Amino acid sequence: MAISKFNYNSFNVTPVASKALAFNSDADGFTTASGSSMILIKTLTASSSANLSFVNGSSDVVLDDTYPVYKFLCINCHPSQQGGDGDEFSVGFRDGSTAYDASKTSTFFSSVHGEDGSGGAVAYRDSHDQANATGFQTLAVDMDADNDTQVSGELTLFNPSSTTFVKHFIWRGNHVHSSAGIQDTYVAGYCNVTAAIDAVQFKMSAGDIDAGVIKLYGIADS
Amino acid sequence: MAISKLNFNSLNVTPTASKGIGFDSGADDLEASFSGGSMVFISKFTSDGSDDTATFTNIDSTYKEYVFVCTNLHPQTDSREFQVNFRDGSTAYDATKTTTYFRAYHDEADSATTLSYDGNNDEAQSTDPQYLSSSVGADADQSTSGILHLFNPSSTTFVKHFISTFNHNTADDYSQVIYVAGYCNVTAAIDGVQFTFRTGEIQGGTITLYGIN
Repeated sequence: MAISKFNYNSFNVTPVASKALAFNSDADGFTTASGSSMILIKTLTASSSANLSFVNGSSDVVLDDTYPVYKFLCINCHPSQQGGDGDEFSVGFRDGSTAYDASKTSTFFSSVHGEDGSGGAVAYRDSHDQANATGFQTLAVDMDADNDTQVSGELTLFNPSSTTFVKHFIWRGNHVHSSAGIQDTYVAGYCNVTAAIDAVQFKMSAGDIDAGVIKLYGIADS
Repeated sequence: MAISKLNFNSLNVTPTASKGIGFDSGADDLEASFSGGSMVFISKFTSDGSDDTATFTNIDSTYKEYVFVCTNLHPQTDSREFQVNFRDGSTAYDATKTTTYFRAYHDEADSATTLSYDGNNDEAQSTDPQYLSSSVGADADQSTSGILHLFNPSSTTFVKHFISTFNHNTADDYSQVIYVAGYCNVTAAIDGVQFTFRTGEIQGGTITLYGIN
């Protein structure tokens, strides 16, 4: 009788938990191989979006104890408006309710340099840090809204499902400043809560995220 | 006679060295083109609540970059420095290092901020451990988290560069972020990395080691 289905033990290799099947380095036998530890969970694409939200358990988003560390890659996030209150890219964290208002203490500094060569400097910006505040954390300020300008960066969130520790986060990103130049921004801090963080939302301080992509990855630890 | 085990040439796909096997884009054939990703899990340290050290000795030429992801490292005692050192041939973690160290902090009471270079915590041809976080608090919810990158540790030609970013709660309730970069000023291979608190135990947290293909 012909074999209709092969099982895990049908292959001439010793099964290893959570490993994949691969050819060995001589291409003359099977071996087991590790997959990547950086796992794409979800991609959200902005299209005149009021916000982009990653909610655990919704739309295939995982943001729980599946991974100990999560990374958000923000790529070409473009604001709908410039000036006034509409030119700050920001993030909020949800810690149990439906609101993105987890209390945070954070630091914020940046370096700037104009396209005309002016203003090269690095400085702490105390108008954008937070001291046990529930407002959204600014990640980019004074953004330009020309068609070719945007913010790109990476946010790392450590162990959001912990119910023991506060939740550390670290951001670095850069954007085109409204006065025509680069601003390289460093933000770090913690959500000063022991409740789990189960959702993260990005938005502009006013107006929309006109365009751009935010990708969520889990960093596996086994 | 029944087939007992399928061999590498039993599948309808051309074997390719070190490649994984998957379905093709049409889901109607096999292909051997999967590389398994470039960030590869190697090992994990999980504190048992009373560890003097967290030590990794599986560092070699397999990868050109090693990444240590440190999550919620919790000290036994208030105001302790989380630190790292490197092994360069002997059994001791004492590779000579030159480093930079700068920080930003902001307290929960909104009374103080800084962005400054800290000349007390950098190293100049020192064999001492390098601080990655300073004055970490020991309250139950306090810890330090961050990432350390170590480049080409197996080189016997170049010094060994490393870069880290760590955030932590201080004992007096500041959020403090520390940026360290430097090099082990040795051409011997680095084959071990050890994390400790300046004094006392590691009483919680994990450190996960990855290799970057």
